[in-house]
Amino acid sequence: MPLDKYQIAKRISKELKDGYYVNLGIGIPTLVANYIPENINIVLQSENGLLGMGPFPKDDSVDADLINAGKQTITTLKGSALFSSAESFEMIRGGHIDMTVLGAMEVAENGDIANWKIPGKMVKGMGGAMDLVASSENIIVAMMHTNKKGMSKLLKQCTLPITGRNCVKKIVTNLAVIEITENGFHLKEKAFDVSINEIIEATEGRLTIPEEVPNITL
Amino acid sequence: MINKKVLNAEEAVKDIISGSTIMLGGFGLCGIPENCIDALVHKKVNNLTCISNNAGVDDFGIGLLLQQKQVKKMISSYVGENSEFERQLLEGELEVDLIPQGTLAERCRAAGAGIPAFYTPTGVGTEVELGKEIRIFNNKKYLMETAFNADFAIVKAWKGDTAGNLIYKGTARNFNPMMASAGKITIAEVEELVEIGELDPNFIHTPGIYVQRIFQGKNYQKRIEQKTISK
Repeated sequence: MPLDKYQIAKRISKELKDGYYVNLGIGIPTLVANYIPENINIVLQSENGLLGMGPFPKDDSVDADLINAGKQTITTLKGSALFSSAESFEMIRGGHIDMTVLGAMEVAENGDIANWKIPGKMVKGMGGAMDLVASSENIIVAMMHTNKKGMSKLLKQCTLPITGRNCVKKIVTNLAVIEITENGFHLKEKAFDVSINEIIEATEGRLTIPEEVPNITL
Repeated sequence: MINKKVLNAEEAVKDIISGSTIMLGGFGLCGIPENCIDALVHKKVNNLTCISNNAGVDDFGIGLLLQQKQVKKMISSYVGENSEFERQLLEGELEVDLIPQGTLAERCRAAGAGIPAFYTPTGVGTEVELGKEIRIFNNKKYLMETAFNADFAIVKAWKGDTAGNLIYKGTARNFNPMMASAGKITIAEVEELVEIGELDPNFIHTPGIYVQRIFQGKNYQKRIEQKTISK
């Protein structure tokens, strides 16, 4: 069975290491927060100005002055810190964030990512995505392997406007865990019951396949 | 201490004229200067260039200025959630500059800090780099971005004193501090305006030197875009 979005998030949570400061994008990446292993300490950054993002509030403690980058109401935690947008992006550009998880429309075999604009349709803007991908050393993309038309999102070259070049390190999709190497996409793990052939067919870019491909464990 | 207090939003925005470039603080609807936006709507100034991370929603925030067609150009990082905005953009009634959020913040900060331009890795290899100087430092490419130039900055704080010192609350701080420092004239509206001496100098976020006018706002709606709760 291919993974659902919750399982993709759960698999990504295994990439978290004790002491990491992490920025989670909107969509599937946000779900990663639900699966942080209990034995490690992680601090979540919200780029609108908070380190130490807590869970959504109870109904009686909603605060309009406390939202995340997706404009959802949130809470602070013991040890949280608040700051301006300029300081927030100093943290991001300055390389202080250990891991960034974001969604994508397309990823190319050289690590290029496109996730902010579809020409001819509505353009909403890049928000903080370009800053995040320009500076983070550890960028993981969470997305479906193919789009709604069944076309591959793992391409030789991106066709949509680029968000950042040569920046994605790892992709977790509904079918597989894939690393970006000098030789393009490299299959690391596959979803249980998904065949290697299915992954090859769903991957347009160059894909290298080792002899042993373990199943994704959650 | 210099007293920056003015009576209300109408007095604070009295010399904002059509064609002005205005910075407006806020992220989404969080930390936006609600009272001054209302005053600008009633003042019917138009041809405004607005520098703000977002463009409000259809019936609130900068969306209110868009509804009355008072905005000529928006400079923002993200403009979703606003169908009137989308319509004006597609019909060519509105100019829009989309700027990466960190670059937007830094262009405000640079303006207040007397730095005319800076280099950033953000946008290299994308359409954001078009027409910009590219330089290599330590084997990495960077784009030159320039400081903004705004006639007015309008910010919203939680508490302020009559000397213009400001304290923000929660994530309502966002773009407000950099914009406060960047405006040729900075107007601050606060939920609670106190006399000098009542705020602890250790906890001031924006020192009063940046603020020319301050007033206590009223009837704050503080709308929430995505109320999300846990059970």
